[in-house]
Amino acid sequence: MAKSKTVYRTKHANRIKRTPGDQAVQVLIYLIIAFCAIVTVLPFIYVVAGSFATERELTERAFFLFPKEISLNAYQYIFKTGDAIRGLRNSILVTVVGTLINMFFSCTLAYPLSRKYFKGRNFFTNMVIVTMLFSGGMVPSYILIAQILHLTNTYWALWLPGAINAFNMIIIKNYFQGIPQELEEAARMDGCNDLFIFWKIILPVSKPVLASISLFYAVTHWNSYFNAMMYINDRSMEVIQIVLRRIIFLTTSLTTDSTFDWGAFGTPPEKAVKMATTVVATVPILIVYPFIQKYFTKGVMVGSVKG
Amino acid sequence: MTKTKTAAHSSARKKPVNGTWKHALQSHKWLYILIIPGVAYMIVFNFLPMLGLVMAFQDFSPYNGDTAIDALIHSPFVGLDVFKKFFTGPDFWRLLKNTLSISIASLIFYFPMPIILALLLNEIRCSWYKRVSQTLVYIPHFISMVIVASLTYQLFNTSDGYIYHLLQQVLGKNAPDFLSDSGLFVPLILGQNIWKETGYGTIIFLAALAGVDVELYEAARVDGAGRWKQMWHITLPAIKATIVIMLILKVGQILNTGYEQIYLMQNSMNRTVSDVFDTYIYTKGIEGGQYSLSTAAGLFKSLVGMIMVIGANKLAKLFGESGLY
Repeated sequence: MAKSKTVYRTKHANRIKRTPGDQAVQVLIYLIIAFCAIVTVLPFIYVVAGSFATERELTERAFFLFPKEISLNAYQYIFKTGDAIRGLRNSILVTVVGTLINMFFSCTLAYPLSRKYFKGRNFFTNMVIVTMLFSGGMVPSYILIAQILHLTNTYWALWLPGAINAFNMIIIKNYFQGIPQELEEAARMDGCNDLFIFWKIILPVSKPVLASISLFYAVTHWNSYFNAMMYINDRSMEVIQIVLRRIIFLTTSLTTDSTFDWGAFGTPPEKAVKMATTVVATVPILIVYPFIQKYFTKGVMVGSVKG
Repeated sequence: MTKTKTAAHSSARKKPVNGTWKHALQSHKWLYILIIPGVAYMIVFNFLPMLGLVMAFQDFSPYNGDTAIDALIHSPFVGLDVFKKFFTGPDFWRLLKNTLSISIASLIFYFPMPIILALLLNEIRCSWYKRVSQTLVYIPHFISMVIVASLTYQLFNTSDGYIYHLLQQVLGKNAPDFLSDSGLFVPLILGQNIWKETGYGTIIFLAALAGVDVELYEAARVDGAGRWKQMWHITLPAIKATIVIMLILKVGQILNTGYEQIYLMQNSMNRTVSDVFDTYIYTKGIEGGQYSLSTAAGLFKSLVGMIMVIGANKLAKLFGESGLY
């Protein structure tokens, strides 16, 4: 209530005090912001438009945000060759299972660390802090995963190594800490144990933070590329990011690699296929983006308060 | 009611104080069971690789034993020889130069961007305009580096990249070929980072700005302070602590240029400037099997990062900032 009042007051004050020069600066600021927003989205619109265009239009017109003639050739090609679809399927599997694993490990670690009466809390918290400050680096981790645990060509190589992100875990922990003690104490009076309190009280009231952190984890899995490149060589297990990179950067594989019968829709619309693959890899993120956005501002702030 | 509550409270607090480990384990058995997966994870995936750092002091070869662990035990220790080889080798100075030119350029050109954008967004009074533009500029943060690289490629390649063609119309033959001109590699990487992360980077500054009392601005305005004076005396001091923290974190990353982005944008034309410590570790260690050398490079990188964070933090405290810890 009080807040909206002050906002109103400043608006009012602004209106009175503004000089013409100041007004011009204000307009300029609005324009700069608009420019930033446009520069951000333009590449996406360009690619989406291009992916629906005919090959002819793509060569004739340099730039357009709406194709004159809609063509689904590129998407037909993608669905027919199956690489991108298989990549999408694999990515979904990696993302869903990976996020569940992340949440299991992060929550079960966060809960004991959030309890003041947990003896050993400092020791385990310090353990987490050490992992944030120092790491063995890429090569020892690779040897561990590939040569000691033999996880190459299994998705465990993508799921286990990053199972806990210390920053995300701390955000969950801080949220658990902020839950009023009374809730827990009432249950304890009824003779409930810590597991029951964790499962039936703490987790249900933490839904907002759990939702936002799972989305963060999910986005990380979806976007992860380097680990998949290092640990997955089996082409049938490729995730979408790998497929996308191959189609964009190693162009030749697209046209010459497969003994594919083009018949129905002519030669592959190469440029459009690249664009369509980019779209296919991006769309899932854009679908969940509104949900992420709802939560992430909060998440970032919680993290920054008690990093 | 209140009585029982305080009773529960005191008993909950008393236990650990008086209690022995045995008592704690008994009364909060589940907490110790719950923490097992997390601790096991940290031991295996964080602490075991740290033990693997001994490779940097060995002449490690996987053929020194039947398994990797066996090989680690049986590989001969060579002291600091590997480091000597790394520092005096033909690559070190080139890698250092490339890495530093990317990270210092990023400190100068990329670091201020989110601050500037946050200050501009803070000046926007129209709330829907602010909300929509924020929503849009945050998007690229959630897009994978592969997609950013693909978009870059599709817009800048010399055969059908639109931006390249646009530049060609203006500059003719001098149009810059960002993808293969080695002189433009650093601007390319910076440009991608600025495009991808500036928007999202504003969040933390906007959060700090949200805490500023509006009445301060009003009071300043009454005193005749203009926009710039308000920004200088109210807005900037409000986010100074946040800027310092972000700067410390950034300085700690001085040798971390990231694997993915550089690897994706690297090609034979720009390799002289695009080889950095991170890509070197990957190519020498994982592709080339020179485990000791690349582990030493990695250890060097981590140590420098840690020293830089501690140093920057000390410096910040010297100037009266609260710092990171």
